[in-house]
Amino acid sequence: MKLKSILAGAALAISAATGSLADKTKVGFVYVGPVGDMGWSYEHDQGRKAVDAAFGDKVETFYVESVPEGPDSERVMTNMALKGADLIFTTSFGYMDPTINVAAKFPNVKFEHATGYKQSDNVSVYSARFYEGRAVQGHIAGHMTKSNIVGYIGSVPIPEVIRGINAAYIHAKEVNPDVQFKIIWIYDWFDPAKEADAAKVLIEQGADVVLQHTDSTAPQAAAQAAGNVITFGQASDMAAYSPKPRVSSIIDNWGPYYIARTQAVMDGTWTSTSTWDGIGSGMVGIGEITSAVPAEVKASAEALRDSLADGSYHTFTGPLNKQDGSVWLKAGETAADYGPEGLAEMLFYLEGLDGEVPN
Amino acid sequence: MDLSAISPTLLVASLMVAATPILLAAIGELVVEKSGVLNLGVEGMMITGAISGFAAAVLTGSPMIGFLCAALGGAALSVIFAIITQYFLSNQVATGLALTLFGLGLSAMLGQSYVGIKPPASAKLDLPLVSDIPVIGPILFSHDFTVYAALTLVTGVWWFLKYTRGGLILRAVGESHDAAHALGYKVVRVRILAIMFGGACAGLGGAALSLVRVPQWTEGMTAGAGWIALAIVVFASWKPARVLLGAYLFGGVAVLQLNLQAAGVSIPVEYLSMSPYLITIVVLVVMSANRSKSALNAPAALGRVFHASR
Repeated sequence: MKLKSILAGAALAISAATGSLADKTKVGFVYVGPVGDMGWSYEHDQGRKAVDAAFGDKVETFYVESVPEGPDSERVMTNMALKGADLIFTTSFGYMDPTINVAAKFPNVKFEHATGYKQSDNVSVYSARFYEGRAVQGHIAGHMTKSNIVGYIGSVPIPEVIRGINAAYIHAKEVNPDVQFKIIWIYDWFDPAKEADAAKVLIEQGADVVLQHTDSTAPQAAAQAAGNVITFGQASDMAAYSPKPRVSSIIDNWGPYYIARTQAVMDGTWTSTSTWDGIGSGMVGIGEITSAVPAEVKASAEALRDSLADGSYHTFTGPLNKQDGSVWLKAGETAADYGPEGLAEMLFYLEGLDGEVPN
Repeated sequence: MDLSAISPTLLVASLMVAATPILLAAIGELVVEKSGVLNLGVEGMMITGAISGFAAAVLTGSPMIGFLCAALGGAALSVIFAIITQYFLSNQVATGLALTLFGLGLSAMLGQSYVGIKPPASAKLDLPLVSDIPVIGPILFSHDFTVYAALTLVTGVWWFLKYTRGGLILRAVGESHDAAHALGYKVVRVRILAIMFGGACAGLGGAALSLVRVPQWTEGMTAGAGWIALAIVVFASWKPARVLLGAYLFGGVAVLQLNLQAAGVSIPVEYLSMSPYLITIVVLVVMSANRSKSALNAPAALGRVFHASR
């Protein structure tokens, strides 16, 4: 016992000494999936690599992948903080409360939590307006579907995912009033077996467009096997499946944000902020629309993308009703980010969608 | 809600695909248990098969070589179990559990560089005319190799156990290894062969998952399928035909749950996901309530260590 504690003390002293000698800024990343998922966690890791490339010897980055949401993530974050991390990015919604808890214990470590809404003195929140990309996907889906059935693989019923479904639906309906959405929830961000099964079932029930809010390429593979079905890359380009089934994609681009925040920690100018950027700032990218999409649809989708980027059009512009028929936005009104009816806590479907939002 | 969107034909066809991995693993484990050995390492052998098959298929570009390597990979892992339990006479339950943990770790390590890669597509049976017959075509004549392999194996195992001398010896070893030994049968050899067969089947089941059903490699992708296979063997009271029934029932509920969701039925999915396990528990309770009957079905020497003293 004694020997063990002496050794542990010595190890701590050495790591503290080398840490201060090198004077590197240490940046930790917590990922919900494997870095090789080719989706969400892959893009966060690209952001980490961008930080490495931008600062070279001045930073040291490290990551832990496939960390389950919930208590186990608290252990991982605590470990990172004990290892001397100056800045920790926790990159999934379910890390929200663990991040707040760990941050309270380490007031000198800065935390950045992705897609959540709880801030504190040393916890910033950041997210991307993925729903802007969903609007473009919905637009293409509405034009492309022949069966008028669009399948949607939902991950976890949180506001971010619900916003995406609503955004895709209203823009599909705008160009195709007969369109119908079928939604399957798999209650996970990354489970290729379940994602594949869900995609197959949607296709069997007549869907010829499959949208996914899950992180693996399994639905793309299922669509390819089925033949006449189109899909969209999620979080990452998933270009291995283009030009068909993947006809476009939402690409998360975290690099510039991660570099800016690391710089802020180095300069000592870091403060707790809330960032929510979309297509305009480049945080959300729209992957190349392939030749499987007719030229005029491609052109109108790109026009929609550009109007979202320059702010001349808001994804959620009234008149829009909730699923029960009550008015959400009056004509010409746009959705607020925060507040009881705001986008940040959107947990309701819009008029025309079937089914209920699961609890 | 729109139940008419669910096509019974496609439902049956896709439940056959969904059930194939567990069916393969379960029929292998049935043979192992019939020889009197309880190998709880099915999950570990499955996932080892999943990655060996995936890696081989990616490297060679041939799914068939992938399936072959998956069977070999599963069998190779089971040899470890066979040596430890048959020669060093270790406890089978503990060794089997260790094998599962080892298999999960080993596969995660082997699979490091295979995450996110697309495997070569395995061909589906597509007979002109026959595959296009309504109802029967999609159900019987339009699957990939693994579905037919699984059905062939079930039939083969049933025939082997019931009608062949080898099957009789295997069952004798599983019922009373002392008596079989006294008659001059090589108990240890029979059991090692049975264990390897079980390993190969589990490996094939894993490859059915990583090469056909998903198809992709992810760490821990079997997600408990091996344990379900073990439960199905007991559920089936060690009868091959009932293993088939159990596996299809299980696959059916899994597929039906997604179908109902897509059709907009508002049953909480948790209940449906739970139901196959509940049925298994109920069957186990019913079986153990009637001691005499279950004693007839379970191999009498199941899980007991054999040591030839003479």
